[in-house]
Amino acid sequence: MTTMTTSSADGVSKPFIRDEMWAFLIMTALLVMVPVSGIYPFFVMQALCFALFACAFNLLIGYSGLLSFGHAMFLGTGGYVTAHAAKVWGVSPEIGIVLGVAAAVALGVITGLIAIRRQGIYFSMITLALSQLLYFVYLQTPFTHGEDGIQGVPQGMMFGIFDLSKPITLYYVVLVIFLLAFLLIYRIINSPFGEVLKSIRENEPRAISLGYKTDQYKLMAFILSGALAGLAGAVKVFVAQNASLTDVHWTMSGEVVLMTLVGGLGTVFGPVIGAFVIIAMQQYLASFGQWVLVIQGVIFVVCVLTFRRGVIGEIAHYFRRSL
Amino acid sequence: MSDEFILQTHGLTKEFAGFVAVRDVNLKVRRGSIHALIGPNGAGKTTCFNLLTKFLTPTKGQILYKGQDITSLQPAAVARLGLVRSFQISAVFPHLTALENVRVALQRQHGNSFDFWRSKSVLDVYNQRAEELLHDVGLSDFAKTPAVEMPYGRKRALEIATTLALDPDMMLLDEPMAGMGHEDIDKISVLIKRISAKYTILMVEHNLSVVAHLSDIITVLTRGQVLAEGNYAELSKDQRVKEAYLGAGHE
Repeated sequence: MTTMTTSSADGVSKPFIRDEMWAFLIMTALLVMVPVSGIYPFFVMQALCFALFACAFNLLIGYSGLLSFGHAMFLGTGGYVTAHAAKVWGVSPEIGIVLGVAAAVALGVITGLIAIRRQGIYFSMITLALSQLLYFVYLQTPFTHGEDGIQGVPQGMMFGIFDLSKPITLYYVVLVIFLLAFLLIYRIINSPFGEVLKSIRENEPRAISLGYKTDQYKLMAFILSGALAGLAGAVKVFVAQNASLTDVHWTMSGEVVLMTLVGGLGTVFGPVIGAFVIIAMQQYLASFGQWVLVIQGVIFVVCVLTFRRGVIGEIAHYFRRSL
Repeated sequence: MSDEFILQTHGLTKEFAGFVAVRDVNLKVRRGSIHALIGPNGAGKTTCFNLLTKFLTPTKGQILYKGQDITSLQPAAVARLGLVRSFQISAVFPHLTALENVRVALQRQHGNSFDFWRSKSVLDVYNQRAEELLHDVGLSDFAKTPAVEMPYGRKRALEIATTLALDPDMMLLDEPMAGMGHEDIDKISVLIKRISAKYTILMVEHNLSVVAHLSDIITVLTRGQVLAEGNYAELSKDQRVKEAYLGAGHE
């Protein structure tokens, strides 16, 4: 059997760090050129937020093996808190984002402590239950304005110099945040902590028998993933200028699973591609109305049946590369 | 007392919903010995293992390791005390290379395993020690190979290298020879014999010639209870042991 990943001379797989670097540079270059390309920047910004959301989700499922079916709660919480802070308290965008992420971290600690005690499908069910619980809380509490959501959030001046109401400034701010978060996730995956996470994904009882308190590592991964999903929700507020129930609904939790699977679970770039594919479909197939959901369903089935590794996963496998 | 016996159990019992898998087992493992646990299928050997490493919680009884009561500890804590187990199904991390498998074990003792903001290149300092360990078990050529692609016998050797990386005082090997060909059995036997100079080993094994060849002392379990204990020569004459293995009335 041929090796799927090659390794450097010292035996540690540093699989194709060059490939990943090139892929990152290409992705960055393409995204930087968007405003001059004539592509609708609002669409790309929205897709970037969902790409970050999917990358955060992938950190959990792809590298720790934990399937959260309630990740929308982080996206929605980050969004609501940031929107409320910016609109009602009038804080600047960067403070709003920090508050949104902090709220997602707090939520991650609480829900993580509960969910991490169970394995497999039970873990997924608990995350789903907790996110549904939170959905109904947000439906009832006054500050979210229920079905209406928080509308007309002011975009403001980031760090007092970047005027987010200018589309081009907003685009590059969103892009920089996305790229930094993407690099952070890449670093987490390739850190000493990431090595332990992968070993837990591969064989948890063995990791325990080596003396690792695996629950603590899983909790940490859950919180990090939740924080990054919260960041996606917080940034999205300044793109859409609102925060609504859609982002905490369970269908959003399902959508992020779909994005990650289509792009390639456990690949670095897969969730980004997956998010763009799904958001593009919703955008450009919008004229089909409710049929978009049917088309999405069909894609999901085809994806699972024929290219289980996802778009990037299949490409990486075909070229024996790590992406 | 506790110097002579590294691991002792008193009245170790495990019940599963009314079924007693392990009943009142008193085990004494002498420091530096190779101690084998044998018995027919369903005798409770693996349950016993899981109890000792705390992957299962005993219903009754006490476990003393180096004189310390470990009955109420978590499995990871037991491993940290130097009592490390292997598994019946070969326990490697399939998509990590052999070197990375060993390195994950080395990494644990150095307290940077929660650092998610650092590059994993900080782990390169363990590479040399990892290579030594792989060399010790004859796996130098496999350092770069993902564990999933290694032959079965080599995976078991890798598992032992990974366990040795923790520098344990005592190793519990659950059927180290299961599913192996003759050649591999010989290799692993030599390896176990060699490492037993430094470590205490308690193993479950079905292959009686391996047990005869390797172990200093053997405990025979049947139906969750200790039937007999002694060296191979003594036990092979024991009528009760023959019956347990071959069935009563077999002459």
